[in-house]
Amino acid sequence: MVTVTNLSRSGMSDWIIQRFTAVLLAVYVVVIASYFFCASEASYETWKEFMSCLPLKIFTLLAVISIAAHAWIGLWTIATDYIKPLLIRAIYLIACGVATFVYVIWAFQILWSV
Amino acid sequence: MKGRHETVIDKRPVNLDLASFRWPITAMASMPHRISGFVLFLAIPVVLWVLQESLASQQSYDALQILLSGTFAKLILWVIMAGLIYHFVAGIKHLIIDVGIGESLEGARRLAFLTLGISAVLILAAGVWIW
Repeated sequence: MVTVTNLSRSGMSDWIIQRFTAVLLAVYVVVIASYFFCASEASYETWKEFMSCLPLKIFTLLAVISIAAHAWIGLWTIATDYIKPLLIRAIYLIACGVATFVYVIWAFQILWSV
Repeated sequence: MKGRHETVIDKRPVNLDLASFRWPITAMASMPHRISGFVLFLAIPVVLWVLQESLASQQSYDALQILLSGTFAKLILWVIMAGLIYHFVAGIKHLIIDVGIGESLEGARRLAFLTLGISAVLILAAGVWIW
């Protein structure tokens, strides 16, 4: 049966990418959450300083790319499970792909200006 | 596609009545994992906008702080956090099963129960933290 192709044309590497990005994002969420719990005085100054230090900036960019890949695999899986007409599935996936692309560029632009 | 399977499926009982479906606890833990993932994707522009405003300048940071103190904004924030918490906890459950723990039916049920319980507590805690 003809399907719209998944991220890597291989279920196995999709599976690995999904796990790898999941672990990375889980760690990232804990790091960001720790700011809110540890910073006794959350202010613009401390927040900006926190987000603009190089290690975290790199980690954030990694997280953005991970979200894009992770979300794409999830959205693709949902599509193959629930959206059977190929045309509608293709339109949905194109919309998801374009949105993901825009979000990645937007996130990079936000981080660039910090 | 249909014709190929007809001979196999024809004699099976089919129940598509959602009201009489019995949802096993594993399904009740799995379904919100998908839904929360999709909700989080829809929430990306909101999160990016908040990130942008929080970092742009002291003025935009202050304006954001006022905006996020509104009830409706807090509600949206809570929904996004609830989605993130659930997806996080259910994701960890997945990873635990991936390394071979809880693969039995009973183990899977226990993990599903734990997932629902732990995330419910964390989501409530997040609500308390926001308000």
